[in-house]
Amino acid sequence: MTSDAPPPPIAKPTQPPTTGIPITAASFTLRRRPTSEKLLDLGFHQLTLLLASFVAILLLLIVITVFHGAREAMASFGLRFLTTSAWDPVNEQYGAFIAIYGTLVTSLLSLLIAIPLGVGTAIFITEDLIPTAMRNVIGVMVELLAAIPSVVLGLWAIFVMEPAIRPALDLLHHWLGWSPLFATVPQGPGMAPAILILVVMILPIITAISRDALNQVPIELRQGAYGVGTTRWGALFNIILPAAVSAITGGVMLALGRAMGETMAVTMIIGNALNFDVSLLAPGNTIASMLANQFGEADGIQVSALMYAALILMLLTFVVNVMAQWVVRRLSLKY
Amino acid sequence: MTRTPLSYSNTPLFERRPLTYNPSLARNRLNQCCTALAGFFSAVAVLPLFLVLLYVLVQGGQLLSLKLFTELPPAPGLEGGGIGNAVLGTVLVTLIASLISIPIGVGGGIYLSEYSAKGWFAQFVRFANDVLAGVPSIISGVFVYGIVVATRAFAGQSYSALAGGLALSVLMLPTVIKTTDEGLKLVPQELRWGAYGVGASKFVTIVKITLPSAFTPIATGVVLGIARAAGETAPLIFTALFSPFWPEGVFNPIATMSVLIFNFAIMPYEAQNELAWAASFVLVIMILAANLLARWISRLARS
Repeated sequence: MTSDAPPPPIAKPTQPPTTGIPITAASFTLRRRPTSEKLLDLGFHQLTLLLASFVAILLLLIVITVFHGAREAMASFGLRFLTTSAWDPVNEQYGAFIAIYGTLVTSLLSLLIAIPLGVGTAIFITEDLIPTAMRNVIGVMVELLAAIPSVVLGLWAIFVMEPAIRPALDLLHHWLGWSPLFATVPQGPGMAPAILILVVMILPIITAISRDALNQVPIELRQGAYGVGTTRWGALFNIILPAAVSAITGGVMLALGRAMGETMAVTMIIGNALNFDVSLLAPGNTIASMLANQFGEADGIQVSALMYAALILMLLTFVVNVMAQWVVRRLSLKY
Repeated sequence: MTRTPLSYSNTPLFERRPLTYNPSLARNRLNQCCTALAGFFSAVAVLPLFLVLLYVLVQGGQLLSLKLFTELPPAPGLEGGGIGNAVLGTVLVTLIASLISIPIGVGGGIYLSEYSAKGWFAQFVRFANDVLAGVPSIISGVFVYGIVVATRAFAGQSYSALAGGLALSVLMLPTVIKTTDEGLKLVPQELRWGAYGVGASKFVTIVKITLPSAFTPIATGVVLGIARAAGETAPLIFTALFSPFWPEGVFNPIATMSVLIFNFAIMPYEAQNELAWAASFVLVIMILAANLLARWISRLARS
């Protein structure tokens, strides 16, 4: 086709089928919205407003219900509840120190193990160290790990993981038995297996959030770092990780909140001890597993004591989650 | 001596080094060590998934039979039996939870995204939603126990399937709201303007234009939320409780697979332990299938 071919003729604007009447504003009628339609519109707006406020009401109801249930125990035990470790339904003496200690120790130690693993994995699948297909496969597998129900992981921990790691824990006791942290002989369920299963549960969160954070670091930062001749890990440690640190910290805090509230797998493997033992190889307890174990059979002030423990757990996770949001919002670097 | 621009003094500004890659340099050694370490970490991170899947598929898969789905669990000490009531119970309780949380969640998400994207109330609801998402699952069980089970609110019954569904819906709600809100935000503003331009009301725009075009992200999120709820145990232990019988309506205690796994795993009987593995197998297959379905939905939309 040559370039000087005549352009296709422009279609002449077709005249509207005139019936003799010229087109003026008067020939259009204004359709008024019927009242029923307006009411429908308004009704839908109010309905969604109601449904949205339901979330806030629900949250308030949860707090009120737990607080109301805990009132009796708060009145009789007060703050002593936090520091005493008696759990005696016969004499009606309750203290949640073992559970609080267990919750904090298991969640913090599991975090300590999961951070390097999770961030390391995230780096491995965001850098171009291996082919993209393999990176995607690892990413999907870590996400699928998050989909496995906690109770299935607990079952696996009881029958597979705990017997498998027992020799390693024995060795730990053999070498480090002089320190109070490893002073007991490992016998099945305990804090150490619980920490390990928690690592498995929070790894996907840390990995997923770190991966997103690393992917969002502007490519110019990386190019600049390589341009002045740094190595890959020099760029990672000095440029990329500092740029992504706020989002990663937020993810880590979310994982901490999840680890504190994690119930089933921990309940099945921690041993649910009623006596305090500082050793990681001894059975322990967490607030969540105490609730799972005792709530069904409890009555009277024991229910109230458990509600009190639930309130403490709620407060802990609330503070951690709000701090996570705050960290992400405040600490984010301006590139 | 010729003066290059970079060396105006006698001492050169730059130390001269070869430009070829020298693997024996300390920094290159360190680089390789770090890479190896990161590879090792990701291998360790993926390992549990392999091991869990391996054991669940092998231990549970060898027990798979039709009997598993048609029979009741055996009394302690007896052999055989199935988990038919628990499979049915999980489906029923998850269905109740979905029926409660999906309408509320989608409606709330519509309000957040379409009616009040920036208002203080929407910000507050979003904050409450994030807090609710972080509430430990066992707390939702405690809440439903306190408000429904202990007060015998449903037909005078304490533990019931309905209470279990309610507890699960508390867990699902934040996910559904979040995905609806985010999904609707992705809908191009031009679509809404177009609809308003031809005279559609806000209601018609949302129902006929905005919601259908955000169907994919919402459906993906909802499927993932259902999958997560189906595997939850903690909220059900003292709301739906457990029952060795077939489901007897929504006002009675009901067996679910997740609670069955928990109860049977800690029993000292071989037959019960085996049923726990079998239930894990069914549950994991269901949840992985739901996850693949969600992935498939989102891929379908992208192509």
